Amino acid sequence: MTTTDPRFDGPGPEARWTEMLKRGVFAVQHCIPCDTAQFPPVTTCRTCGAPDPVLIPAKGIGTVYATTTVRTREAAYDVSIIELAEGPRMMSRVEGVEAENVRIGQPVRARINTDGEMPLVVFDVAGDLA
Amino acid sequence: MSDLRGAISVAGIGNTQRWNAPGRTAFDQLQEAAFLALEDAGLGMGDVDALYCAHSTSGLPVLNVAERLGIAAQLRHADGTMVGGASFLFHLRSAMSALATGQCDVALVCYGSNQRSAGGKLTPMPDPQPFEAPYKALYPISSYALAAARHMYEYGTTREQLANVAVAARKWAQKNPAAHEQADLSVQDVLSARMISDPLTKADCCLVTDGGAAVVLTRTERARDLQQPLVPVLGCSVAVSHRQIAAMPSLTETAAKRSGAAAMAEAGVNIGDIDHVMLYDAFTICTLMFLEDLGFCPKGEGGAFVASGAIAPGGHLAVNTNGGGLSCNHPGMYGLFTLIESVIQLRGAAGERQIEGAEISLAHANGGVLSSQATAILGTGTTL
Repeated sequence: MTTTDPRFDGPGPEARWTEMLKRGVFAVQHCIPCDTAQFPPVTTCRTCGAPDPVLIPAKGIGTVYATTTVRTREAAYDVSIIELAEGPRMMSRVEGVEAENVRIGQPVRARINTDGEMPLVVFDVAGDLA
Repeated sequence: MSDLRGAISVAGIGNTQRWNAPGRTAFDQLQEAAFLALEDAGLGMGDVDALYCAHSTSGLPVLNVAERLGIAAQLRHADGTMVGGASFLFHLRSAMSALATGQCDVALVCYGSNQRSAGGKLTPMPDPQPFEAPYKALYPISSYALAAARHMYEYGTTREQLANVAVAARKWAQKNPAAHEQADLSVQDVLSARMISDPLTKADCCLVTDGGAAVVLTRTERARDLQQPLVPVLGCSVAVSHRQIAAMPSLTETAAKRSGAAAMAEAGVNIGDIDHVMLYDAFTICTLMFLEDLGFCPKGEGGAFVASGAIAPGGHLAVNTNGGGLSCNHPGMYGLFTLIESVIQLRGAAGERQIEGAEISLAHANGGVLSSQATAILGTGTTL
């Protein structure tokens, strides 16, 4: 017999999201009661407060909402905020083009970059959608 | 208007004005400022029964400061709310309620930093953001750069317009002998400074200095009997909107819209009643967006507003008369310095930069990455 609330049992949403990413799936959370998507994954719905929004594979498409080129002594690289087709925004990086050529409003497509220690969601310019 | 309108007054202010002070800790700066503020009020450490402070390097600021000031045993109220640079106006809000309801009689809000002499970088807080950190945005400038880029996209704001904010701040600083930066600055200087995170250059960024600041608050009836000209708090309000920049509901509209409207409602003043304005200018885009969100110009017209010279000396709206975080000082968290300059102006003690006849001043502070916003409306005795 458990004394904990079963609605919150199992690994937390961040751990589950990370596990899915390692298996090659970029997920967003979906709240069934209010039909709203959210990112990053957290324990309750930020819109209606309901418990345990479900993680579902993201459509993987979006647009650049804001962008900056970070310039350090070593490198210049992109940091962008992507507005996902489902609605939420996330920080990410647009790859495959010069950082200063990333434009607000550009359609982009998600890709899981596995070059580093941890898989990372990045975006490519979606030329065919442009 | 609420019962809090004018109930609490700023009885004393302290500012170390030590912007580059190797050999002093953050607490040394704070402690000197606290002493100066109490002396300015004609009070002593033994009178303080409420303490408000926040630190970027200490998770237990109230405990550290109470022990050092020797006031621990006499405290009846305390608040260590940490929302970045706006914390001290959140503290003001908290202290107003505590003072008005008799939970305390003399409140000390204080801050100190040795950010410059300790290495010149913003000390990172233990506040990991696993969904943003892997992308290596520079903290906090890239978040403000993203907001600036979006503002430029939506409203056609230009880098030249943003540069005018830095130029106006410098012109005010040249009227303030205590301002850290005094050299001439042109729009071209700002544009040709080193780009750090597009579209913001080094000259779009606030200074990195040391410093300490403090204010003493009492109920207004007591402040009347103290030694400084009366500066009542007519209204104050706070608002938060996000922690991570990607979670900001709109990158071109801040929660200053809410904090400003609520503070002005409490004070019973309109935008046209305000004679003097202090806006937390961590980056040039901050001044521009706060002018819009507080209602000094329509949304999207901040760029044209600042480019017209409106906020520079001689313009029709006196903004950041001390030189601001861009040119006077910015010791990590600057919020308390906005309040102090408002008080100096309302006392008529600002010297060459004095706004003649200033009766109502608005002080606005920002924290995190446009995350927390707090607005205070201060007046003179005649505004009660």
